[in-house]
Parts: sequence; C-alpha cells; structure tokens
Amino acid sequence: MATEGRKKLAPYLLTLPGVAFLVVFFAIPMATVFSVSFQEGSLSKGFTFTGHYQNYTETLARYDTQLIRSLLVGLIVTILTLVISYPMMYWIAFRGGRRKNIYLLLILLPFFTPFLIRTLMWKTIFADEGILLGALKDIGLLPESYQVLATATAVVAGMTYNFLPFMALPLYVSLEKMDPRLLDAAADLYSSRRQAFLKVTLPLSLPGVFAGSLLTFIPAVGDPIDPELLGGVNTTMIGQVVQREMLTNNAYPRGSAISFMLMAAILIGVFLYARALGTEEMTG
Amino acid sequence: MMSNMSAVRLEGITKAFKDIVAVDNIDLEVKEGEFLSFLGPSGCGKTTTLRMIGGFEQPTSGKIFLGADNVDGLPAYKRNVNTVFQSYALFPHLTVAENVAYGLKRKKVARDEAKKRLEEILELVDLPGYGDRRITQMSGGQQQRVALARALVNRPGVLLLDEPLGALDLKLRKQMQLELKRIQHEVGITFIYVTHDQEEAMTMSDRIAVMNAGHFEQIGAPQDMYELPATEFVASFLGASNLLDGEVEGGDGNMARVKLAVGTTVSVPTDRMPAERGSVRVGVRPEKLHISSDVSANGHGSNSVDAQVMVSTYIGVSTSYECRTTDGSKIVVYVQNLGNAAQPIGAGASVRLSWDPEHTFAVGANGGDK
Repeated sequence: MATEGRKKLAPYLLTLPGVAFLVVFFAIPMATVFSVSFQEGSLSKGFTFTGHYQNYTETLARYDTQLIRSLLVGLIVTILTLVISYPMMYWIAFRGGRRKNIYLLLILLPFFTPFLIRTLMWKTIFADEGILLGALKDIGLLPESYQVLATATAVVAGMTYNFLPFMALPLYVSLEKMDPRLLDAAADLYSSRRQAFLKVTLPLSLPGVFAGSLLTFIPAVGDPIDPELLGGVNTTMIGQVVQREMLTNNAYPRGSAISFMLMAAILIGVFLYARALGTEEMTG
Repeated sequence: MMSNMSAVRLEGITKAFKDIVAVDNIDLEVKEGEFLSFLGPSGCGKTTTLRMIGGFEQPTSGKIFLGADNVDGLPAYKRNVNTVFQSYALFPHLTVAENVAYGLKRKKVARDEAKKRLEEILELVDLPGYGDRRITQMSGGQQQRVALARALVNRPGVLLLDEPLGALDLKLRKQMQLELKRIQHEVGITFIYVTHDQEEAMTMSDRIAVMNAGHFEQIGAPQDMYELPATEFVASFLGASNLLDGEVEGGDGNMARVKLAVGTTVSVPTDRMPAERGSVRVGVRPEKLHISSDVSANGHGSNSVDAQVMVSTYIGVSTSYECRTTDGSKIVVYVQNLGNAAQPIGAGASVRLSWDPEHTFAVGANGGDK
C-alpha cells in the first residue's frame, strides 16, 4: 500500500522543486506587483494599499502613445524577423545538407557577444558620420543632414537584428523535422512547388512561426535597451517608461500598473494570434 | 486484365549521380494492367528507376513513355502516375479524408464526385468511416491503406509502389500482399512494385524484372525465371540454387555435355545453356535433387555427383541436407517428408545426388553477366 501511494505521488514530487521555485520567485512577486499597482504613497513615506485604480487610468492617459508605439514596433519587428529568417531557415533545413549546423552556427555566432555590445555596435554603424552614413554622404548618395540614429528606423532595425535568433531557431526546428518526402508526395498529387509550399510546408511550419513570434514579440514590446541606445525623444517606448517610473521616479505603483497593462495587451494580442493561426496546428 | 497496349516504356534510360551510374542504359515495356516488380538488392537502381517514371528524377539520357506520350522533362505533378511511398509520406496535419482527397482537390474534381470517389476508395481499402481520423491515430497497416487509397483515388494510368510493405511485420505483410493483389485485380491499374523480397515479388507479380548494379539481369514470369534463371545472380537471388563449375565438352543437338570440376560429366539441354561456351556454372534447384545413400545406384535422372552429407536438418515439412563434393563445392538438397519416410541420412554419410537433365540449367561463369 505504502509503495503504491508513493508511486502515485512520485510525478508530483518531481515537479515540487520547480513549483516551489516558481511560487517564490514568480507568483509571489507578481501578486506583490499587482497589489503595489493599487497603492499610494512615496518612497520616503511608504506605500499603502488604497485601491487607487487611478494608477491605471492616469498612466494610460499619459502614456498611451508609448504603449501603442511599443505594440506597433513589436509587431513590425516580429513581421520583419519572420520575413527575413523564414527563407533563410528554409534553405538551411532543406538545402543545407551536411553543413546545416555550420550555417546555423554562422547565424548564431554574432549573438555570442552581449546584447548591449551588439546594440552599441549598431550605434556606431548608424552614427551620422559613421562608417555607413559617413561613406554614403562622402560620395554624395545621401544629403549631409540625413540621419538614422534617434529615429524609429534605427530602433526597428536594431531590434530586428537582436531578436532574429528567437524567430529563426523555432522556425528551423519546425522546418527541419519535416519529412522532405512529403514534398515528393505533394508533387505526386499534382501540386506545383508553390502549391506544395502553401498546402504542406507552410502549415507544418506554423507551430514554429507561432513559437518564434511569441519569443520575439513579447520581449520586443517591453525592450528598453534598443530604444534607449538607438532611438531619440520621439521613439520612447513603454519599456523605457516602466524603467523611468520604477528606477528614476521611484513611482512603484505607476510602474506596476503600466506593467500589468502591458501584460494584458500582450495576452490579448497572443490570444488573437493563436485564434488566427488555428489552435489545431498549435497542439497537434 | 492485361492488354497489349504498353503503359510504360523505357528506352535506353541511364541515370548518373555525379560519377556514380545508378541506372545503366535499360529498356523495358510494361503492359497495361500488368503487375510488374523491380526486384534487387539495395542500391541496384530499382528505386531510382521508379522515381524516374514518377518524375521525381530526370534521366541523364534515354526516353520514358507513359502510354503513347513521351514524358521527358515533365515534372511529377504533371504526370498521370501516382506513388505509394516507402514510409507512406502521409500529411500529418491532415485527416485521413483530407489526405486521400488531396489529389482530387488539386485536380479540381467536382465536390460531389470527389466525395463519392473518396467513399468508394475507403471502402476498397477496407477503411470505411475512418475519414475523420487523424493520421497519427492510425496503425502502421492502416496508414499503408491510406497511402494506397490516396494514390488510387486519382485513377492513375500507372501506380508506383516503393517497398510499400517494408515497415509492416511479417504476418501483416503476407496479408497485405494478397490484399494488394486483390485490389490491383479489382481496379485493373498497372502496378510497378519495388521490392528486395524475392518471395514477395514471386507471390504478387505477373512479371519480375531482376535488377543488379543498374541493369536488368532478367525479365520474365516468376515461374519461368525460377525454372530457368539466365544469370548466376538471378539463380542465387531468386530462391536457392546449387551451382557447380564446369567446362563444356560438346554434345549432340538437344543435349550439351558439361564436365564438372568434381569429375563427373552431366547433360544440360541446349536451350537451357548460356550463349557462350567454355566455362559455365551448372545449376539445379535443391528440391529437384534426389539423395541416396546407395552410391552405386543411379536412381533418378542421368545426372549425378557423389558427395558427403555435412549437416542434415529436419524442418518438419522437409529435411534439408547440406552436402559437400570432393572438390569442396556445397550442394543443398531438400527432401519432402512424405508419409512413412525412410530414416533420414545422418551427417558424414557418403551419398549420390542425382537429378533429371531437364531440371538442369547453366549460366555464364563470370560473375553472372550474360
């Protein structure tokens, strides 16, 4: 009896360390942040829970531009990474042959350097008189006043680059595990290469597209570093706002409220996206 | 079922991958309604030949005709052939019905007609009512049937089958062999079947094309090929054969005389001799031999050699004797265990093996080339 009971408990016991970790370091802080988002006060006087929902309404009215801009930039970055990495990963998965892993390594190699360094390097590239713009201006292809840095273009470009592997790797996995004989079968059943792609390859890669989109979109929307280093006053994003409220203004309730609104917005977006792609493909 | 119209014709087909010649200048004609098998060891070029007929590979040189049409350069999706793939290659994201109807949809067959054909074909492969299942819910044998249905529903001129039963266990494979034969008979479509299993090829085929190293060794009805293999390769690949080295000594009009390396001279009908003279290998099937422990008797047939039993194995339906002649050649004999059989001959006994000249064949001595 005793061993029987233990056998039944074993799977739960195995999850215990993970569950405990998540409760202590995720669930409790989340609950705390949620509670803080309804508090009032200041760092010196202390914060008290008053059910102050104006933390939400007031900050939303104040930062709606930044929130919408962040969601929009996240969307654009997700689409760009998808469009750039899909053909690349398709080629590696189906045509890479024995060198598949070398090609993958080549793509990942730059990402062995820290995020911050990579973004600073883009700053060098985009500098008004830097190696790219400086040269183009010297030969007269660009006007002297032309600038990329401190514009939305620079932010989107930097983020697209930084988040590329998060899209590329899940895509690669879903394309690589596809049996290439399915394409023979599609051709056998009167599909041109274009039809075979649309009817077989694309649907089978949707789980990869979905996973890649989540891994790109969610961190991109809240990313404070790319807009900070590559953007300007007109490209402030919600991640920077949270950072400023929390670390500079010490306005914890407002920062918490923004974080929760951001989370809600992302959840709604992801839900709509999953519905659009079809949950069947996601699970099956 | 078979007509005189040709369903597939290959003329001088060669396929080279870089510096490897996979298929070497082959010719073949397959009749409409015929069940023809490509039989050979792995790497002999049988699958490559099938893929060229299907349009998945283009030949390096030569011409392919489907019916009366030359299909050179035509991609797979424009050919009136369908394929049952080795691992089925069913679409995992589609249901059984969606898989089967895939080709009909691409060909834009009207909806009512497509639905009717879908139901008919699921009935034919014994899977009625399975349309809504997902592929992952089907067993290996069922997946095999779905793959067959997906190809047959399009009513192709020729159905290509690439080792379709290879993934099934023996019992299911035997059952599917008969099933495939029944289905082929019912639909009357030309089947070209690739296999490395000689028993499978013998059971199912109207004709077998034995392939080796990129060319056909012999093409013919299973029985004809078994009784009179044209090459050493066919003799040993299609069933078991005893092959003894010998030199042609001459003979009269009907019978050639061959002096065996072991010493005795045997008769071989002239029409069962290879074209060339000189060194040959004389063959006889194990079940055609008679074994006698009385070495002075000349019981059955006028051809005989003396040997010693090395191993005697009782298999129930028959007893198998592995014998060795004085020059070291191995000869296998199968003796059916009929009724009140005599005591089996034990290992070590000296025996005389005899057989009818009519059951003798000879092949060229050099690696089986014609």
